[in-house]
Amino acid sequence: MTFEQQTTIPIEIGELLPRVEQFKKEGNRLVQIGCAKVGDLFEINYSFDKDFVFQNVRITVTQDTKVPSISGIYWGAFVYENEIFDLYGITVTGINIDFKGTFYKTAVKHAFSVTTGKEDNPCLNK
Amino acid sequence: MSKQVIIPFGPQHPVLPEPIHLDLVLEDETVVDVIPSIGYVHRGLEKLVEKREYTEYVFIAERICGICSFIHSLTYVNGIEQIMKIEVPERAHYLRTIWSEYSRMHSHLLWLGLFADGMGFESVFMNAWRLREHILDDLEATTGGRVIQGVCKVGGVRRDITNEKLDEMVKGLKELERELQKLNNVFLYDKSISSRLKGVGVLNKEDAYYLGACGPTARGSGLEIDLRSTGYSAYDRINFKPVVETAGDCYARCVVRSKELFTSIDIIEQCVKKIPDGPVDVKVTGAPNGEYFSRAEQPRGEVVHYIKADGKKNLVRHRVRTPTFTNIPPLVKLLKGVELADVPVVVLTIDPCIGCAER
Repeated sequence: MTFEQQTTIPIEIGELLPRVEQFKKEGNRLVQIGCAKVGDLFEINYSFDKDFVFQNVRITVTQDTKVPSISGIYWGAFVYENEIFDLYGITVTGINIDFKGTFYKTAVKHAFSVTTGKEDNPCLNK
Repeated sequence: MSKQVIIPFGPQHPVLPEPIHLDLVLEDETVVDVIPSIGYVHRGLEKLVEKREYTEYVFIAERICGICSFIHSLTYVNGIEQIMKIEVPERAHYLRTIWSEYSRMHSHLLWLGLFADGMGFESVFMNAWRLREHILDDLEATTGGRVIQGVCKVGGVRRDITNEKLDEMVKGLKELERELQKLNNVFLYDKSISSRLKGVGVLNKEDAYYLGACGPTARGSGLEIDLRSTGYSAYDRINFKPVVETAGDCYARCVVRSKELFTSIDIIEQCVKKIPDGPVDVKVTGAPNGEYFSRAEQPRGEVVHYIKADGKKNLVRHRVRTPTFTNIPPLVKLLKGVELADVPVVVLTIDPCIGCAER
């Protein structure tokens, strides 16, 4: 079993577009963009791959932050960016195909922006 | 410029087992633009990590998809095992690889059948699904489940397969191989199939790469992207070469899947030759604390399970990026310029699994 070496670089939101452009210039493909709620903040991971070398850059934002779209650099990013808005309510500006909240049809608006589980439950797997 | 009209395609359509909607912008009979739309079957499965302990969640991860179910559970447990630094027994790695390839074969045979049906070849459809039964029977005999196996767990697998049974499985696959060859000949050499598919829905190599294509959609455009090459499970001990075609059209994507059936048989055969004796699981205690992007090659392409944990029984986040989700932008690209009558065939060639894509 071989596990991949993965690097995650935290960056400021202002560095996002130049970084992503650099990844494209270096010949990386966009693997995914994903969001995770951590406390009151949201981590957005942009993952890239070239020849099975996996690299990740991360911005940490609040829900009212306006995140610039990278769909001008990687055209296919619109699916991830629309998903982030629909599930977390984080606005992504300048998406090439903006569904304006209708990409997913959820019963609860921005359903992933709240944590519903019980906190501090002890792990029973002992 | 002729007048543009918009034709809605889906979410219900004879070739779509699952709902995706496409607004096709047409000039005469030619598609000039496409707006995709999903969201009909979003279940929010990822959110359940907040209510289910990370060991129980394997069953939910497996139910993301009814076809590539086993590989979803495998990718999830690989991620947890990496975070917790769990040494899984060798035999379990080989068994996981064998079941992964069985899953690939049953998915590809399902697709080949549906694809033939989509083109009007009902007898080929029935033949492909008849052969698929052999694969499902072996999966059921060894795991207890035909499509949802429930055999993967954090720390190994729940069931062993005896060495005698493994030999029997290889023997059965060798017999199946002859029948698969006959089926393959239809897809590779039948004139009606090649004239229906060649030169239709072309995706060039550069577009495939930068639009995020994966799996047979990428390999049909000349990209050698196959996550099995990264060596997860027992793939680092197996010799295989990803099937790559360069034409980038519907025919190339079909040929990749057809040929991959034989690669899977070869991989299973190698695994059975090399599998060591020993335990199939280890005891796991505690909870994960850390994060990992676990990647694997599903029948439809690269899947990514992002796992973030903080040492409690519930994960902080489980995020799945499925192959169909990332194949939507390439689908938009390859539909542009095709004739309206070819749209169903082109859509089928990415092997869309929308339940999987929306989770």
